[in-house]
Amino acid sequence: MRLPLRARAALGSLLLLALFLAAWQLATLPAPASGGTDPEYAAMLGGHKSGLPAPAQIAEAAWAQLKDPLHDGGMNDKGIAIQLAWSLGRVLLGFALAALVAVPLGFFVGMSPLVQRALNPYVQLLKPISPLAWMPLALYTIKDSSVSSVFVISICSLWPMLLNTAHGVASVKREWLDVARTLEVSTVRKALLVVLPAAAPTILTGMRISMGIAWLVIVAAEMLVGGTGIGYFVWNEWNNLSLANVIFALLIIGLMGMLLDFGFATLGKLVAYRE
Amino acid sequence: MKPFVSVEHLAKIYPGARGEGPNCVFDSVSFTVDQGEFVCLIGHSGCGKSTILNIVAGLDTATSGRVLVGDTEVNGPSLDRGVVFQSHALLPWLSARKNVAFAVRSRWPAWTDDQVARHAQKYLDMVHLTGSERKKPAELSGGMKQRVGIARAFSIQPKMLLLDEPFGALDALTRGLIQDELLQICAATRQTVLMITHDVDEAILLADRILLMSNGPRAGIAETVKNLMARDRTRQTIHRDPHYYPLRNHLLDFLVTRSKRYRNGAGSGAPHTTTREPAQEVAQ
Repeated sequence: MRLPLRARAALGSLLLLALFLAAWQLATLPAPASGGTDPEYAAMLGGHKSGLPAPAQIAEAAWAQLKDPLHDGGMNDKGIAIQLAWSLGRVLLGFALAALVAVPLGFFVGMSPLVQRALNPYVQLLKPISPLAWMPLALYTIKDSSVSSVFVISICSLWPMLLNTAHGVASVKREWLDVARTLEVSTVRKALLVVLPAAAPTILTGMRISMGIAWLVIVAAEMLVGGTGIGYFVWNEWNNLSLANVIFALLIIGLMGMLLDFGFATLGKLVAYRE
Repeated sequence: MKPFVSVEHLAKIYPGARGEGPNCVFDSVSFTVDQGEFVCLIGHSGCGKSTILNIVAGLDTATSGRVLVGDTEVNGPSLDRGVVFQSHALLPWLSARKNVAFAVRSRWPAWTDDQVARHAQKYLDMVHLTGSERKKPAELSGGMKQRVGIARAFSIQPKMLLLDEPFGALDALTRGLIQDELLQICAATRQTVLMITHDVDEAILLADRILLMSNGPRAGIAETVKNLMARDRTRQTIHRDPHYYPLRNHLLDFLVTRSKRYRNGAGSGAPHTTTREPAQEVAQ
């Protein structure tokens, strides 16, 4: 009897996890006390503990964090849920602002080959700029670190959405537009009922890419500007030399990114169509 | 009687590639379609027959010449001229009924949703799609998709119907069934139709008049053939009609040999069209 592929894949994943955790636990076992080391020097390094926390310690740190996620003990002592909410709020706000610009502009660019050609050099020039490079300019003009990180998120979300919307709109099948023309459909109705549904899967793909990039960038932006957010949390715990908390935060970042991506994949399925 | 549609001296010329002369696809194409008449335009691929249909539809423009519908010159698409596209051109994200309803709503914007739905359903019933109206185009067979396309074109009750090789991609069996349906609907509604095809049997079954196009470049309408068979002909009995084989042979001979020989624009401005009535050949 053979299990279905999905079950076998899940088993494989679990096996990999077990192997990985076992190897990790082994690697972080306390080193046997050797006669060569000065006990005082060893104590200074943290006793018998190895530098990297063992899986059990991370579970402990995670439990401590998850027990009281909304804990707020001031500037450098906020619960993980609060930090995550700050990051998520900035990402969603920056992303929404970018979408408000990118989707209508992309529509316009996609409809007009002239606009597309006129804008193309600027898009090509601005697209490869690391979003964090905008930070000094943003801090100088906006004079608020939190708003500046929202701006940086907007900038990095803009390009994939803009380019995908333009591409989606420009490649709407000619025959569908011809149908609209023979039915004397007004421009607005055509844009909403023919072009938008036709381009929606491509637009959603652009949004999914943008969201992925935004979630990558927010961590770095918050490390840079500080204050609140999951990125700041990581940096703060590094300063506290609490690697267990850092690793826990990494897992949370990965998990959240996965959920966001899954959300957009689901939205994408809703607007997908088969020809 | 004044013709309903008159196509006058249409020409389509594309500027040639560098070092070559301009490419004239067709030239001096003139014909008329009367009210209630079913006209087929037949010719080999590349002669520009689809372009002619698109120009009549208003989707394409001619290099010279004009198309009159009634007394007005065509300068863009209109709800008065329904089009059935070769590739069915259904919107894939809408169900069969919503595809038809989209057209109905465009025609009568003030109607209630209920009126639109009932009108759309009536035309889907007409093409025997009752029960499949909720399916998306991807879930329908090729024949069913084309039926939705036909229902959509008829649903706006256009003054004229334009069909661009609507059955080209269908298997012979399905094609025959839909041809029968189309024949019935056209007979019942006295619809004015211009249809493009390269299928001789399709033209004989459906058309009152068949326009034969010569091969490109510089294609033109070489002959006009009247179909003398009674309009209540059916696919089952048509081959027993005495007019059937002479007409079919005449058309096939044209496509096989004469379409190549015809030279458009040879001679002066004399009319290029010859009208033949194959029945007379039988009598001789």
